[in-house]
Amino acid sequence: MIPEELLFTDQHEWARVEGNIATMGISFFAQHSLGDVTFIELPAVGQNLGKGDEACAIESAKAAASIYAPLSGTVTDVNTEIEDDPALINSDPYGEGWICKIELSDTAELDSLMNAAKYGEFLAGQGEH
Amino acid sequence: MKLIFDKSVPGRRAVRTTDLALGNPIPIDKKMLRDEPADLPELSELDVMRHFTELSRKNYGVDTGFYPLGSCTMKYNPKVADLVSQFPGFADLHPLIPQLPGGEVMVQGALAVLKETDRMLSEICGMAQFTMQPLAGAHGELTGAMIIAAYHKHKGNKKTTILIPDSAHGTNPASAAIAGFDVKTVPSNEDGVIDVQALRAMMDDDVAGVMLTCPNTLGLFNHHIKHIADLVHSVDGLMYYDGANLNALLGHCRPGEIGFDIVHVNLHKTFGTPHGGGGPGSGPVGVVERLVDFLPTSVVCAHDDGSYYLDYDRPRSIGYVAPFYGNFAIILRAYTYMLLLGAEGLTRVSENAVLNANYIMTKLKDYYDLPFDKICMHECVFSASRQAADGVRAINIAKALIDRGFHPMTVYFPLTVPEAMMIEPTETESKETIDTFIEAMIEIAQQVKESPEKLLACPTTTPVGQLDETLAARKPNVASLGQSECPDA
Amino acid sequence: MPFIANTDQQRQEMLAAIGVDKVEDLFANIPPELRCKGLDIPPGLTEQEVRKRMADLAEHNSSGLINFLGGGFYDHFIPAALNTIVSRSEFYTAYTPYQPEISQGTLQAIYEYQSAICRLTGMEAANASLYDGGTAVYEAIMMALRITKRSKVLVDDSVSPIYRKMVKSYTSNLGIDLMETASREGLPDRNAIADQIDDDTAAVIVQNPNFFGCIDDVTDLAEMVHARGGLLIVSCYPISLGLLKTPGEMNADIVVGEGQSLGMSVSFGGPYLGFMATRKKYLRKMPGRVVGRTVDAKGRDGFVLTLQAREQHIRREKATSNICTNQGLCALTSLVYMSLLGKHGLAELSGVCAHKADYARELMLKIPGVTIRFPERWYFNEFVLNLPMAADKVIRGLFNRGLAAGFPLGRYFPEMNNCLLVAVTENRTKEEIDFLAHSLEVIL
Repeated sequence: MIPEELLFTDQHEWARVEGNIATMGISFFAQHSLGDVTFIELPAVGQNLGKGDEACAIESAKAAASIYAPLSGTVTDVNTEIEDDPALINSDPYGEGWICKIELSDTAELDSLMNAAKYGEFLAGQGEH
Repeated sequence: MKLIFDKSVPGRRAVRTTDLALGNPIPIDKKMLRDEPADLPELSELDVMRHFTELSRKNYGVDTGFYPLGSCTMKYNPKVADLVSQFPGFADLHPLIPQLPGGEVMVQGALAVLKETDRMLSEICGMAQFTMQPLAGAHGELTGAMIIAAYHKHKGNKKTTILIPDSAHGTNPASAAIAGFDVKTVPSNEDGVIDVQALRAMMDDDVAGVMLTCPNTLGLFNHHIKHIADLVHSVDGLMYYDGANLNALLGHCRPGEIGFDIVHVNLHKTFGTPHGGGGPGSGPVGVVERLVDFLPTSVVCAHDDGSYYLDYDRPRSIGYVAPFYGNFAIILRAYTYMLLLGAEGLTRVSENAVLNANYIMTKLKDYYDLPFDKICMHECVFSASRQAADGVRAINIAKALIDRGFHPMTVYFPLTVPEAMMIEPTETESKETIDTFIEAMIEIAQQVKESPEKLLACPTTTPVGQLDETLAARKPNVASLGQSECPDA
Repeated sequence: MPFIANTDQQRQEMLAAIGVDKVEDLFANIPPELRCKGLDIPPGLTEQEVRKRMADLAEHNSSGLINFLGGGFYDHFIPAALNTIVSRSEFYTAYTPYQPEISQGTLQAIYEYQSAICRLTGMEAANASLYDGGTAVYEAIMMALRITKRSKVLVDDSVSPIYRKMVKSYTSNLGIDLMETASREGLPDRNAIADQIDDDTAAVIVQNPNFFGCIDDVTDLAEMVHARGGLLIVSCYPISLGLLKTPGEMNADIVVGEGQSLGMSVSFGGPYLGFMATRKKYLRKMPGRVVGRTVDAKGRDGFVLTLQAREQHIRREKATSNICTNQGLCALTSLVYMSLLGKHGLAELSGVCAHKADYARELMLKIPGVTIRFPERWYFNEFVLNLPMAADKVIRGLFNRGLAAGFPLGRYFPEMNNCLLVAVTENRTKEEIDFLAHSLEVIL
């Protein structure tokens, strides 16, 4: 269920790191907890984000949440597809539902994230599936 | 389903206007005029009557039937209060008249209503003075939070935090934040009330105040309330009373005497003014003596001869929160209500509200989980957890009540109770009505066991079924734009 | 007891079911020392007595003055059908439509109201209403701050001084740079605004017609503000939009106003109706309740409260606003009013107001010593006269003749002590206007 190559935060964001670019999104667990996503407000390309800064806001019919940057860096690309079709975040959170790409300013931060196995344990520890 | 715009027939008219100089050209430069008249419907008076009568029949009000919406105090609204609000001496009174030189003598009746209402609310709440300006409950909260800020500014206190319990209504933290405060959440204990130990741990010099309802949103009275007030006052914080639940206390307990410094009351809840499908409300704010100077401008005051005037010279005031003196026609209704009931009537209100709530709680506790099994005040909170385990959630029970002729209770609030079902019967309901409601709730509980799928299909008796809220939020269609509709809008 | 149904016997049955002896036992959780010792409030009155008392109080108000007082709050004619509809208890005694299946009446009415406000203002999206025109200006400012993520706003001093005072109160603790621009010859001064606007300016706020009754075409202002990345907020008088160029046509970004004139009596200050409309792209940044159109499982059209993720019950301290209801019944009132007037009726009514004001202005300008304050301007139904003496004195004199002749501007604009703001609606007859002009001439 949890893709092996991804890194995770305890706030349920994921990052796929290729070189010094990280693609980020929210986990299957996060989209499931929110329910049907109705709207996402994307960050601006060129925006500088510190690790843990609010990157964007996401809404479902009955909930709202902030999404935090898993790693520090500059936003280089955003997924405009999900602006028009936020259901992609529900149907394919690790693929077509990606949110943005960040050019990393500090790759040392990678060590602070969980790998897929650890994230799985983290979810289990929260009493959730 | 047709919109009123869909019923428009070009050339049809209802109201006709007087015709002074109508044939002449408009005395305004053409460049300042709109290209086309606003695309409003063209209808006869009967068309309009039929349209809105039809809409009204798709609605449910207190006059339709039992409306046990917890935390909203949906009591009966006496009709004489509406009649009074339409007296031309009130309805046609322009609010700028008292601002004219010599104008105050022309509004003495209206100022008397404002001052008398202030006096009665102050007596009921144990406050020194009320402002009538706040235009709704949440607006009262904001006004109160602004008074807290003004008080600390005046005293030179650098305080930025307001503490709010986790069971509070969402407007409390929103109002505090909008007034410029940081909000911290205080957890509840296993008894469902604010955790005094946790509160003590959070109490420091940064605490500007605490916002509470009492009884809280679980309908529980916190008997440590005086102790909490002492704690807050020990750091020069202020105690804010959210009057959402004042219907439980009328004549039995005054917020000012249990340690609160600022109070807002919802006239549309406790004082019998109509809810109007979501407003207008009215949220007067009362304060203790040391905060009177901070009340909004203007303030109704009495001359030595008993005549009234509006005082605009209030250097410490937080300023204007409303354009004038509040939602006057609502205040009039509340004043009328208090005149009708008098001291004894007001005291019986809370007694009967509390009696009705406890009766429901007792009768239903064998059928639904009761997270806090003790005497409640004006409302009781059940959990549908037991039913949810069988696949029927609180929302389904709410919809099943609709099919049985009742307005649902409040569901999923307070947030501290899973599958919460919050029931507030109010004092105006009779035992017969409440008994039929209880029977319906028991019947639903039994149906959960026998045929839950029937409940999941509810409501089936309404003009529409459960609506697609996800679609509404994903692709918002919030207006029909008519002629001006542009294809990409 | 009034409005309590249960008899003593029923109460006894209920107490027995609960398992307590007396009602008092239900209050046992309140410590005795915190109990109230009784209320010092007079005994209850009968309905008959209350009506008499309230009628007496109403008579202590001089509501019978011939009214030329406006200042943003106007005495317009209210058709009888309106009260009949709005008084229907299914609307009147319902609450916020949390349960859409039994609230389609309220919800559809709000959707139609939102639509009518858009059509009137030339905008694309409206909310379900706010408390009043002043809180609507404040909410529009907060919305502009959220959209632009900037911290400065410019409010022109031709915006209602009452609204400017309200905005000042609300923003005093928020670290917002709230600046006023001085109007010139009755209109926002383009040069002053150009001087003060910068790249941190979230919005410029103007009113049209403004507090002095002057009409403006602010298309150029919209262009100026947009060039700096800010928003233009226009507060407007809905009856005037029967005729006037809409804020939408002038490229405003947020439109607000006081909706009282759409069928609500002046009622000594409320309840009123704050309306708000915007561009579709800003819909999700708009505060307040919003109703949206959707479908049920069978494909039937219906309406729900939507975009609730912005609101307090979900966002709590991060909500876009603390407003948790709308002015439901007032919004309904304005919708019924606009429906009864209709497309051509509103335009005609607007024309009648303009004609009557024009007639009154021309008549009064014939009085020696009376001049128009801003001769270069166009007016809708309100205008400022220069008088040869203090306007306060004139007001007092005309009170004695049963006239509320207007608003003396010196109260809010000290340099305008001799200025009188006069409003004329369709409710003023030719005879009343003639009487005002005659009386003014006599006392000057």
